[in-house]
Formats: sequence, C-alpha cells, structure tokens
Amino acid sequence: MVMMNSFLVAGIGVQNWTYILVGITFTLYIGIAIWSRAGSTKEFYVAGGGVSPLANGMATAADWMSAASFISMAGIISFSGYDGAVYLMGWTGGYVLLALLLAPYLRKFGKFTVPDFIGDRYYSNAARLVGVICALIVSFTYVAGQMRGVGLVFSRFLEVDINTGVIIGMIIVLFYAVLGGMKGITYTQVAQYCVLIFAFMVPAIFISIQMTGNPIPQLGFGSQLADGSGTYLLDKLDGLSTDLGFAEYTEGSKSLIDIFAITLALMVGTAGLPHVIVRFFTVKRVKDARKSAGIALLLIAILYTTAPAVAVFARTNMIETVSNKPYSTMPEWFKKWETTGLITFTDKNNDGLIQYVANKDKNELVVDNDIMVLANPEIAKLPDWVIALVAAGALAAALSTAAGLLLVISASVSHDLIKKMINPKISDKNELVAARLSAVVAVCVAGYFGINPPGFVAATVALAFGLAAASFFPAIILGIFYKKMNKEGAISGMVIGILSMLFYMTKFKFGWFGGGTQADWWFGISPEGFGTVAMLLNFVVSIVIMKFTPEPPKSVQDLVENIRIPSNAGEATH
Amino acid sequence: MIKNKAKLYWKENIRYVLILMFIWFIVSFGAGIIFKDALNEFKMGGFKLGFWFAQQGSMYVFVILIFVYVHLMNKLDKKYGYDE
Repeated sequence: MVMMNSFLVAGIGVQNWTYILVGITFTLYIGIAIWSRAGSTKEFYVAGGGVSPLANGMATAADWMSAASFISMAGIISFSGYDGAVYLMGWTGGYVLLALLLAPYLRKFGKFTVPDFIGDRYYSNAARLVGVICALIVSFTYVAGQMRGVGLVFSRFLEVDINTGVIIGMIIVLFYAVLGGMKGITYTQVAQYCVLIFAFMVPAIFISIQMTGNPIPQLGFGSQLADGSGTYLLDKLDGLSTDLGFAEYTEGSKSLIDIFAITLALMVGTAGLPHVIVRFFTVKRVKDARKSAGIALLLIAILYTTAPAVAVFARTNMIETVSNKPYSTMPEWFKKWETTGLITFTDKNNDGLIQYVANKDKNELVVDNDIMVLANPEIAKLPDWVIALVAAGALAAALSTAAGLLLVISASVSHDLIKKMINPKISDKNELVAARLSAVVAVCVAGYFGINPPGFVAATVALAFGLAAASFFPAIILGIFYKKMNKEGAISGMVIGILSMLFYMTKFKFGWFGGGTQADWWFGISPEGFGTVAMLLNFVVSIVIMKFTPEPPKSVQDLVENIRIPSNAGEATH
Repeated sequence: MIKNKAKLYWKENIRYVLILMFIWFIVSFGAGIIFKDALNEFKMGGFKLGFWFAQQGSMYVFVILIFVYVHLMNKLDKKYGYDE
C-alpha cells in the first residue's frame, strides 16, 4: 500500500476529482438502469427490439471498446510502431464484414442469440450446443480481463485494493445488467460511450496542440513540430528510435505474413464475437441493422484513429524526457509511476543516467504499455480534472464491455440451454428469472477470475478473437451465403476449427503438446494470427464434409432464401 | 415470379458486396500491408503513405464503405419493393 499512499500525497486534487467524476458517472449508470428495467425476456435479451440505429451504434461502440482499447492499445502501438496497425485495422475492418455479410441477415432471421441461429439454421441441437460452448468459452475469457481492468483502474486512481475495486465493479454491473438486461445495458452503454470518448479525446487534443499546434490529433501526428524546427514529428520519432537501436517507428518488425494473418484473424474474430453480433438483434428493421453498423464503426473510428496519434506523442515525449537524462532529475510523474511498478529503472552501468535502448543487456528502463494512456495527461502536465477524467473513461470502457459479455453468457444459459434444450415449456416469466439468475452467477464467476486471475487471462483475451474466428464466422457465413450447407458440414467445421485453434494456442502459449518457440511457428504465423488458419480449415472441412452428406431439408433452404430478403423482418421471437 | 425477383435482388446485392469487399481488401491488406514498403516511398505531409494507410487511411475507408453500402442497399430495397 506504500505505492498508493504516495499517490494520495502526490495528488489530493486528482483524487477528489476522480471521486467526483466516477461518482457522477456511476450514479448516472444506476439511474438509467432503474429507468430502463426489463419486464419480459424480449426486453432482457434484445431490449424489446426497438432500439434506434443511433443508440444502437453508440451502445455497440461502447460494448466493443474494452479496457484494452481504452487503456492498453495506444501503449501497445507506442512500443510496436507500424506493427500496431494489426489492432487498428483488425478491430475496425471487422465491422465492414459485420455490416456487409452478417448483421442484416441475422437481424432478418430475428432470434435472440447466436447459438439460436446456429441451432435453427443447422436444424440440430448438437449444432446449438456447439454454438453455446463456443459462446461461453469466448465470452468468459474476455470478461475476466474486463473485471481485472476495473479493479486496476480503481486501485491506481482511488487508492483502494484491486480486489475491492473488482467487487465495486461487480456490484455496479450486477445492478444494471441483472435489473435491466439488454435494455438497461443498451442505455447505460450510450452514456458510457459519451464518457469514454470525451475522456480519450480531451487529453489527446491538448497534447496535439502542445506538440504540433494542430488541435486534431489525427492530423497532428503527421505535422511539423511546434518548436519551429520544421521537422516532421514522425521523422523525428524515426530518428530517435533508430538512434536507440529500435526499428524505425514507421517500419515495424513483424513479418509480412504474420501481420497479414493477425489482422485477418482480428477482423474475422470481431465479426464472430457473440456480444457484438447480438447487438444487431436489437434494432427494428434490417436497414437499421446496416445503418447502425456504420454508426458504430464511425464512433469507434474516432477513438481508433486517435490512438496511433496518442502513441506517437507519448513515445516521443517519453524518449525525450528520459533518454540519457540523469535519474535524479526525473519529473514527478516518473517517480509516481515507478512506485506502482509500471516503470522500473535499474542503473546497470552505474552512471546515474537512464539508458533506454533496444539492446536488452544495456537497457535500464522498462515501461508498461498502460502508462502511455494512464500517465499521458500527467506527462503533458494537464490539469487534475483531465487526469481524473481518464479514470472515469477507463471504467466506462471496462464496465460497458463486461456488461455486454455477461448478457451473452446469461442468454446462452437461460435461453439456449434451458429454454431451447432442457425445458421448452418454461414460461416467459420463469425464463426471465432464469436469465437474471444466470447473470448473477456469471458476474460472480467473472468477479472470481478478476480477483484470482488465472495466468493465462492476458494471453487469451487476444486469442478470444482467434476462437471466434475459428468457430462462428465460417458457420454463419456459410449459413447465409451457401444454401446447401448442412449440419454435418457446419458442426465438423466448428469443432475442427475451435480445436485446432485451442491446440495451437496451448502449444505455443502454455507449452502443451511439446510446446515450441517462434522458430517452430507454422508458416511463421503467431498464435494471435492462427485464427486465420483455423478459420480457413473450418471452411474447407465444412465444404468437404457437406459434399459427402445429405442436403439440408427444404424448409431450411427456404429459411435461407427468406433471410436474404430484407422486408418483413418482424420482431425478434422465440 | 416472386422467386425470380428475389434471385435478381440477391445477385445485385452480391455484386455490391464483392465490389466493396475488394476495396476493403485493397486498402487494408493491399496498401496497409503488402504494398506498404512501396507506398512508403511517397509522403503525404509527415506521413509515409503505406504507414498512413495502415494506421489511418484504411479506417476512414472502412467507415465510408459501410455508408456507401447502406445507401446502395436502401436504393436496391426500394427498386425491388423490399423497403419498409
């Protein structure tokens, strides 16, 4: 707790501002939850199906942008330069796939969940069960990371224990997810989008003006420095990077095939994530589903096009502040974040100067990715309220994503398992009770993983995309665009896809099945990019098996023809 | 007749999707990844062009693509009487 105390001493102003801003935003979320309680399963699962495209776009954007997007992404780009593009293109390009290939048809299909589609389209409860299992694996790996994120933000900014932070987060999410279901979540996410985008943009704009004189960060990082030297910021950063032995910032160091594979896996994974897809069940008409995908991406792109600018500002600032400067003259923020363990300095050659270089033996400074967003306002000497705003924004990002995932988990259990497979006669009222109960259980499980994070959580969050890419995406695409695809093909494709992804991931991440190093990667593709291979495998297996097995029944082929026509989408039904 | 109409509608839809997906591929995997080094020879302000496509341009194009698709499909829905 020493580190937290130093925090308090360092910034009474920041602390109070943080309490005020977090307090106001949390009150807002709870108020919205009470106002928008769910009264039926339809409201609980798909918010009644009457959400406007704008509100759904905002909710989708907040649902989508997690603690990782808000806190970590700019930092990761900052340290990986060009290579960071895999996240930028990967996590936005998927929306093009969603809007053009998935969302309109799934909306027309008009059910509550992704396993619903899999089960009905492939006329089999076995397919439905495979869908449920995939949805649960993907959502649980993802949600544990979010709860941890909530705990971290609380502990860093509010001087509480990480576990207390997780529990506070659990109670808030429990309150509005259990009470409001999709309806409550949708309208809190609208509020959370506003909070998080404001919190991300304000410091970015301030810093862009400071460094380049241009108030638009997207243009600022391609501009000349404000010091009148006439040097472009990116040229300067390239120079600084190569001087220290790093790759040129704008060049990166990953292989082309790996960049390609990771980007595609993230895109396809995004389009296959159940908590994203399900958002498009909440709008009224097919045309609204298309439009809200566009609005969602526009709102997401505001943050995603700013992040690489923040990355460049922060990296340049950091190198200039620390490189070859005496440790004793470091500014206050350096010492402050050092006490949290996110910055560590070891003076290997005892010269009192900080050597920050690519060579691992000579490098003396280790900086955590997350610093770049969390400490950026302090590094740029912005006012206390801006620093507090970042905390509120990070919490909004983590909570909104956690809530969306919890809803998928609860719907998978109460709707796909209980209603569709175990007890089809259950009344709407009882199903709603079951949905709420499973949400409570899901929050508790997520909280447990937040407090006792299994070592693999951080590694698997990125891999949740690979799993979604390997399982759902091909099954849904073939289900819409290939009328003759049958259950045998789809089920074997999903099973082979997700198993091969799990195999590759556990082999190279956890050392199972003999383990292996980077040199052993197949085709030079990292586990993060393997979702692309597993997805292709899924497609091939599905089509080959289909050729040797019976056609789907006429009724299913008619269903496929029906979902291709946008009119008469009607309301989502059981 | 109705079946035929649905078939024609679907065909036009697929054509739009293929064209837009082609652009999607070219800006991201093409300009941002495969041809990045060649494009980096050109500069736009302080940006090397390949780098800009990878970290900025592709995302702008993605947003535009979806709205173009929305527009095209709304028109197509009207043409075939599927709008509501």
